[in-house]
Amino acid sequence: MAFTNEQLERYSRHIILKEVGAKGQKKLCNARVLIIGAGGLGAPAALYLAAAGVGTIGIADADAVDLSNLQRQVIHATADLGKPKVESARETMNDINPDVKVNTYHTFVTSENIADLIKDYDFILDGTDNFPAKFLINDACVMAKKPFCHAGIIRFRGQLMTWLPEQDLPCYRCVFKEPPPKDAVPTCKQAGVIGAMAGVIGCLQALEAVKFIVGTGELLTGALLTYDALHNDFHRVKLPKRDKKCAVCGEHPSITQLIDYEQAVCDLKH
Amino acid sequence: MKITVAGETKEVRDGITIAELIEAEKVETPEYVTVSVNEEFADREAFGSQQLSDGDTVEFLYFMGGGRA
Repeated sequence: MAFTNEQLERYSRHIILKEVGAKGQKKLCNARVLIIGAGGLGAPAALYLAAAGVGTIGIADADAVDLSNLQRQVIHATADLGKPKVESARETMNDINPDVKVNTYHTFVTSENIADLIKDYDFILDGTDNFPAKFLINDACVMAKKPFCHAGIIRFRGQLMTWLPEQDLPCYRCVFKEPPPKDAVPTCKQAGVIGAMAGVIGCLQALEAVKFIVGTGELLTGALLTYDALHNDFHRVKLPKRDKKCAVCGEHPSITQLIDYEQAVCDLKH
Repeated sequence: MKITVAGETKEVRDGITIAELIEAEKVETPEYVTVSVNEEFADREAFGSQQLSDGDTVEFLYFMGGGRA
């Protein structure tokens, strides 16, 4: 595929980077990224990945745009209230970059459909708001050997980590074992979240996808990056190696079928 | 003795256990925090008995949801 003059201009600030170049931009244009959740984290990630020219972007979310979303979910506008989030997201992405093919999945991601959803994508971003979904994405990606980036945000804090199907890298379940009981851990709805935190962490997820696709730099594997905005503190926690006793990626996994945990954290509407 | 907690060096009493450190650090939702000591996951059952040593590096890892919705 040769770039058109318009594409050369559109992506000129990428192409000039020695770490990207025309070769890296071509990889981006041929890449397929799936974003699960078109909310706080998914919004900035989708905007930047569309702007970057990622060839195919899948976006999955069952919700419609609600007024309480707009404080942080910057891919949606006031005029989009009531519209499926995936539709609103697709329109904004294509407004920015009509070259991007956006696949929308207006559905909850479950143990029934996740394997099918992720199978055609190169990299998965977890932009979900609840632990059952986060564990489901982890387990499905581990089982399918699919690279993915986890993230979470609350109040003025956020975190993310990337997993690749390589020996000895810990997965999300190695660190967190199983979802906490319902209401045991405060949610964004209960505790609040500063809108720009979703922007910071969602953009860091987009950067993980870009680095993975282009094949440059170091990915955030074997580590959890945390950000505390109140204290201006980025802290990279080096994680232990893969837990040999991990229920999904360990040597004798007890989880061989995907699990739909009870909806335990943020409630489904907000 | 001195240990490093979440990247910061702290003076703590000799032989402090993980459970005592969790309390001293006022860890939120302590029942659900993951703890690593010198890049090894600590066993939750042993938080009350596992003593820390001078120079140890301790990290607390928290559940964070958020994002969509």
